[in-house]
Amino acid sequence: MEHVLQVKNLTKHYSEFTLDHVDFSLPKGSIMGFIGENGAGKTTTIKLLLNLIKRDAGEINVFGLDNTRCDRQIKEQLGVVLDGSYFHDNLKPYDISRIMRNIFAGWDNDAFAGYIKKFKLPQDKRIKEYSKGMKAKLSIAAALAHRPKLLILDEATGGLDPVVRNEILDIFMEFIQDEEHSVLMSTHITSDLERIADYITFIHEGKMIFSSSKDELIYDYGLLRCGAEDFKNISPSDIAGYRKGQFGYEILIRGKAKMLQKYRRHTIDAASIEDIMLFHIRSDDR
Amino acid sequence: MDIIISNASDKPIYEQITSQVKNMIINGMLQEGDALPSMRLLAKELRISVITTKRAYEDLERDGFIETVAGKGSFVAGKNVEFIKEEQLRIAEEYLQKAVHVAKSGGISLDELVEIITLLYREDI
Repeated sequence: MEHVLQVKNLTKHYSEFTLDHVDFSLPKGSIMGFIGENGAGKTTTIKLLLNLIKRDAGEINVFGLDNTRCDRQIKEQLGVVLDGSYFHDNLKPYDISRIMRNIFAGWDNDAFAGYIKKFKLPQDKRIKEYSKGMKAKLSIAAALAHRPKLLILDEATGGLDPVVRNEILDIFMEFIQDEEHSVLMSTHITSDLERIADYITFIHEGKMIFSSSKDELIYDYGLLRCGAEDFKNISPSDIAGYRKGQFGYEILIRGKAKMLQKYRRHTIDAASIEDIMLFHIRSDDR
Repeated sequence: MDIIISNASDKPIYEQITSQVKNMIINGMLQEGDALPSMRLLAKELRISVITTKRAYEDLERDGFIETVAGKGSFVAGKNVEFIKEEQLRIAEEYLQKAVHVAKSGGISLDELVEIITLLYREDI
């Protein structure tokens, strides 16, 4: 499998925080969701990918090239959307076009105009008059207009309503219709990922918890519910995380098919990505 | 061609796709040589991941229902329907064999077993 993005042992030290040996790769033509609580290191990782800050150790290859040495070459083919709009409030879409074509050799005015129309963005309004959803779509339009192969988004759908988020997910699905295109998106809205993401990478307190195919996660993990008496009979090695309530236990288990056989008397529900994330973080605290 | 995906179902999504496509082929709704939507288009339209549709298509190909031609897409395979049915029958028989074995060792009568099968057959699609 060819990878557009390969991260190996990525490490960055700050006085209060360390991004510790993060490892993942994104196969060409797929969508990867990047999840973790606030301060887990998602933005730090993305900044390192974009060569905005210097790494202390490890390797980052984008399109098979080292990201510090081939910065210029990589960025021509990279579309980036960070949280919030980074265009000046007084600009109109046309002004953005004029600025951006001087930056990117591959900037395509027609493509940009096409996206503006498709996303129903008003052309004669200044950005300060745009709604939050419009700003997000404008940023995505600008990121796509130089025809990138990889789209990297950091919390691009944060604070947006379900309708706009849905439209944006459609844009991503449309984008990856071309097998050469891939998406890496960090988000807190795991339900968005539940459907469209091919891979999920989860980091917690600067450490990587897992990076795997989403189908594997949601079909492999399950939530077993039982009373306090039954909890004692469940072998600790089967417990990936648990929550004790007043009226019973919720246990995150792996290898659902096997567990269904082993604990026949109990119900095992499907676990959502959010469940998997929460239980991993919580069992860390216990 | 309709494919209906349920998120509430216990059946994994790729299985929901394969069983519906198989059904369409066996019913004759899809004929030999008919083109299937591309994996990426199907993923986009169903709002599911490409990996899931890829897995479904790979399973369909493995079972001989479709053929994938690189650069062109996936098509309903030239295998005749009778043969596929025969194949499915053989697989069903295999599972039933196991059920009969369990029934016999568990003291379940033939009538009870038939009743269970009838019930299951009617409630599941």
